Amino acid sequence: MSTSTSLPGPVQAGAPLLDPQGGIPAGPGAPSGRGRRSNPTPAGAGHPLTRSARYKLGNVLVTLILSLGAIVMLGPLIWTFSTSLKTHDAIFALPPQWIPDPVMWDNYLRVWSAGPLLSGIRNSLIVAGTVTVIGSITSSIAAFAFAKMRMPFKNAAFLMLLAGLMIPFPTIMIPQFMVFANIGWVDTLLPLIVPGLFGNIIMIFFLKQYLENVPDSIIEAAKLDGASYLQIFFRLIFPAIRPAMAAQFILWFMAVWNDYLAPIIYLNTPEKQTLQLVIASFNAQYASQTDYPLIMAASFIALLPVLIVFIVFQRQIIESVALTGGKG
Amino acid sequence: MSTEVLRTKPRRSRLHRREHQVALAFIAIPLIGFLLFTLYPLLYSVYASFTSWNGLAAPTFNGIDNYIKMWNDPYFLKAMWNTLFMMIGIPIGLVLSMALALGLNRKMRGTTFFRTVYYIPVISSIAAIAILWQWAYNGDFGLVNQVLDLVGIQGPNWLADKDTVKPALIIMATWKGLGYSMLLYLAALQSVPRYLYEAASLDGAGTWDQFRNITLPMVRPVTFFLVVTSIIGGSQIFIEINIMTPLGGPEFSSASIVWYIWRQAFNNLHMGYASAMSIVLGLIIFVITVIQFRLNRRNQFSID
Repeated sequence: MSTSTSLPGPVQAGAPLLDPQGGIPAGPGAPSGRGRRSNPTPAGAGHPLTRSARYKLGNVLVTLILSLGAIVMLGPLIWTFSTSLKTHDAIFALPPQWIPDPVMWDNYLRVWSAGPLLSGIRNSLIVAGTVTVIGSITSSIAAFAFAKMRMPFKNAAFLMLLAGLMIPFPTIMIPQFMVFANIGWVDTLLPLIVPGLFGNIIMIFFLKQYLENVPDSIIEAAKLDGASYLQIFFRLIFPAIRPAMAAQFILWFMAVWNDYLAPIIYLNTPEKQTLQLVIASFNAQYASQTDYPLIMAASFIALLPVLIVFIVFQRQIIESVALTGGKG
Repeated sequence: MSTEVLRTKPRRSRLHRREHQVALAFIAIPLIGFLLFTLYPLLYSVYASFTSWNGLAAPTFNGIDNYIKMWNDPYFLKAMWNTLFMMIGIPIGLVLSMALALGLNRKMRGTTFFRTVYYIPVISSIAAIAILWQWAYNGDFGLVNQVLDLVGIQGPNWLADKDTVKPALIIMATWKGLGYSMLLYLAALQSVPRYLYEAASLDGAGTWDQFRNITLPMVRPVTFFLVVTSIIGGSQIFIEINIMTPLGGPEFSSASIVWYIWRQAFNNLHMGYASAMSIVLGLIIFVITVIQFRLNRRNQFSID
């Protein structure tokens, strides 16, 4: 994150957003760097422990609670991975084994031939890739126009787009389905791709906020130099908003990757289905045979790409999400 | 109206018009997308809700029959009730995530690690999560009952019992959403100015007073945002139901409203009826959002 502009909201770009530095003293008991010795507070008076010792003790306690919570958070995922490496009989072992014995890596080989997993991955990549790459470009150009260009009724148009966010997909899915059915697009990836190409209002909103902080003078200067608006966008604006775009891009990609309701409406043929549908039908198909190792292997494969992307880009993702929320 | 304004600077008007045209071209794409894929389907949904329509033949007008049918449809009412009931998880999740955020907001090691761990369920695919929790809720060999077994509790067959299927879904949804609320609260906590606490502390306010009179009001915008988005999201719960209880659960006790709309539309081809239900859902979401914004405006306050 190296931008000359500052982010909207309470956080500055470049400053690690959720750094413990910015922490709040937890009321009395917080170690204050510049303690007001002239004014001893009643808190802790008569207590055998000093304030900082109490704070440290509190930290130990909080760490313990948070660690317990972390186990609850990760437990089901670790359980999934563990199950995916078991033999068919081992899943019924009592008490349960956390460490599979023997370890059946074979499940991860079996899974590819057990269902259209590979084509599921391919379809998901096609949908999520196309939508986010093209949609991000259309969104960012629109955000540039909304933030930096003069036009009558601009704000009304923006409010209309925002109002569209309040309309839940289930309310419009039936006519949307009929439209795509009439042009023969059912059971193709097109109904999942085409609407997304027109942009994403959340991304437009976010980038517009971000662009408001880019000084107009730069753009005016470029205009005087005879640059066209597209040139201004690609040479000046795009490099400036790239970090903000990247986080939004990743979030959007993950949302499309994880989407389920739209694909289940449009896709029937197993080979045409996206990964989420493939693992769901795996689940339905192999649960009756209690082949849970296979189901869990397929599910874990579906989780893995997003998990890796998140671990790699977790700082940008978390900063971006934290920014959008506070604007309520 | 605007010509008057433009005429004050005749030499620049051509440039302005050029700018207007380019700007329009730039925002045209999302606008066209909105008209084609949101507004048109919405209007058609409204129209279809007053028709009898199987999706194959043309819709035939039947007035408010669908709405009357809905009112007398025990399945619809049950699905509504189920959806509402599952929102119990929202306040639970908010309280838990607030507590976690307060813990993470201390000066100590490992906060980044915890933040990441708690956020993992948020980004995970809901389909995969539903599949693995379905296995975890297995009555005989599931993880949940195995853990309960350790403390000597005989767990139920979660998803097959009408009394436990909704709590099971609530627990799962809370587990999945916790990291998100926690993260937003944490960001809000860190933007509260320190001097407020220092001043309160000098006035002799205790930890609890400070939390109630400073922290809670300061994070209210986040609470508002989370309540609105959780209700909007919660009213559309579908994937978990579709995967974990494909037939709506024991005695229809886990069927959600979106699940029922989907079923009526795409399994039974009652497109008109399903459209009417989807309009009701949209209206409910709209009304809730408007009420929330009204309430929020009354609670607005700022410090400078």
